[in-house]
Amino acid sequence: MEAKMTMKKRYLYEALSGYAFALPFIASISIFLIGPLIYAFIISFKEFSFLNPEANRWVGFANYIKLFSDPTFKRALLNTTLYSLGVVPTQLIIALILALIVNSDIKGKTFFRVAYYIPTVTSTVAVSVIFLYLFKADGLVNALLAKFGIQGPTWFNDVRFALPSIMMMAIWSSVGNYMVIFLAGLQDIPSELYEAAEVDGANKFQRFFKITLPMLRPIVFFNLVMSLIGTFQVFDQAYVVSQGTGGPLDATMTVVLDIYRTGFRDFNMGYASAMAFVLFVIILILTLIQRKLFKEETY
Amino acid sequence: MKKVLRFLFYTVVVGYAVITLGPFIWSIITSLKPTSELNTFAVNIKHLTLDNYKMIITKFPFLRWFINSAIVAAIVTFGNILFNSMAGYALARINFPGRNLLFMVVLALMMVPGQVVMVPTYILLSKLGWVNTYMGLTIPFLTSNFGIFLMRQFFLSLPKELEEAATIDGLSRFGIFFKIVLPLSKPALATQFIFMFTGNWNSFLWPSLLTSTDNMYTLPVGLNSFYGQYYQFWNQVMAGAILLTLPTIVIFLIFQRYFVKGISTTGLK
Repeated sequence: MEAKMTMKKRYLYEALSGYAFALPFIASISIFLIGPLIYAFIISFKEFSFLNPEANRWVGFANYIKLFSDPTFKRALLNTTLYSLGVVPTQLIIALILALIVNSDIKGKTFFRVAYYIPTVTSTVAVSVIFLYLFKADGLVNALLAKFGIQGPTWFNDVRFALPSIMMMAIWSSVGNYMVIFLAGLQDIPSELYEAAEVDGANKFQRFFKITLPMLRPIVFFNLVMSLIGTFQVFDQAYVVSQGTGGPLDATMTVVLDIYRTGFRDFNMGYASAMAFVLFVIILILTLIQRKLFKEETY
Repeated sequence: MKKVLRFLFYTVVVGYAVITLGPFIWSIITSLKPTSELNTFAVNIKHLTLDNYKMIITKFPFLRWFINSAIVAAIVTFGNILFNSMAGYALARINFPGRNLLFMVVLALMMVPGQVVMVPTYILLSKLGWVNTYMGLTIPFLTSNFGIFLMRQFFLSLPKELEEAATIDGLSRFGIFFKIVLPLSKPALATQFIFMFTGNWNSFLWPSLLTSTDNMYTLPVGLNSFYGQYYQFWNQVMAGAILLTLPTIVIFLIFQRYFVKGISTTGLK
């Protein structure tokens, strides 16, 4: 009887300490994530402005339907998709190459690891103004190009070059992040595998394609999904470069910038929430596709 | 042939380092140039000066923005390290009803882009009177699903024996956590520290939403607004950019030796 009591007491103590440990987190997500998420879903079916509450009213699916014929949103979605398609593969390939480099026996390994990673810890706003400076019409990059007889464009101010310029900047500043994750993965591959392959006479390329890549597969997929999610949320660079306008001529308008402007400049908050949910669904679908592929790949 | 390959290899290795470090070096040089020499690429070492830094600190509120960023980043980083570790530990080690459900919630919420809750969070904070205050810039950001996931994976990789021995010695759960588990978690905590500090210090979208007067701006918001008005003064803009960049680079350099280790043990892959 007494033993049973202590068992029960211990169980209760375990449970209570579990809740106590998780309490700050539970409180925080309830108030600042789950609650707002539900609220955002509700107002996405409303005409809703925080400034003029009397005018708020239910509109059903009107916000979602309007999205399909909104030229700015369509442009933003197109820009964001192009941005993602350009950035994701390029940055993952560069990241993998760099990870292989800093994982090999080169001189000054630590220096190169740090050098390659440093852009990642740098503020996107700082990176944006630094690149705006380097790539201005009469900036350093165009001066260097002129030495080779190339007349450089005006990059961020040119309708054709503005989005690719932001893409280049994003690749530059986030490659290090994916490199480090690849690096951690490379270090987990048992060295016996390589030794055995060497005994069997496999050359460097065979070892890379038959051992390294298959062993890295889960990490490739992890990086792929993180990179996709990240690119679909691009905002900072587009905002700084265009000073919030998405210009020139909507060339740098992204989905999140469109949400920001609709919600907090036009105060069209119901419509902005509908946009945000479309973004959420896109990210959700991309993640679920990745999960499914990932599961099939590993088993 | 082998020598040629080696040369090519080192060209790539050094070349990419030039690509990553070059822009910083050029902006540091520019930040030290007097305005009269801005339109030339030549650098006259004798003319280099700290005047631009003095200027942005004395004539513009950069010091205030720096302090705002430091206060906000310190509170948010400390909160995240403490609360994410606690929640991660509960999910990894303590048996309580609803644990699996809670973990599923963490995983599911990791997929929610922050922008979805921008409008409601803004409304909530303005009802609380927290817009344009330190409260608004810190309280909503004290935990992170990603950070909790990281810490849980790390705690699962720790051997259980030490904690079991401590239980027999009569240590409470809190005692075990603070005296035994946390001291063993340095690589994971350092990794988390780098992620949380740089993430918050560099954060731009939320602070630009949640601040309305320039005395409450954080450094990224301030630099963006300064750039918007004084973009011709590239030497001062670059001084601001370096001021914004330096703290995260210094912190990364201090903690980097734990970093790769921290990433592999936290199962962040």
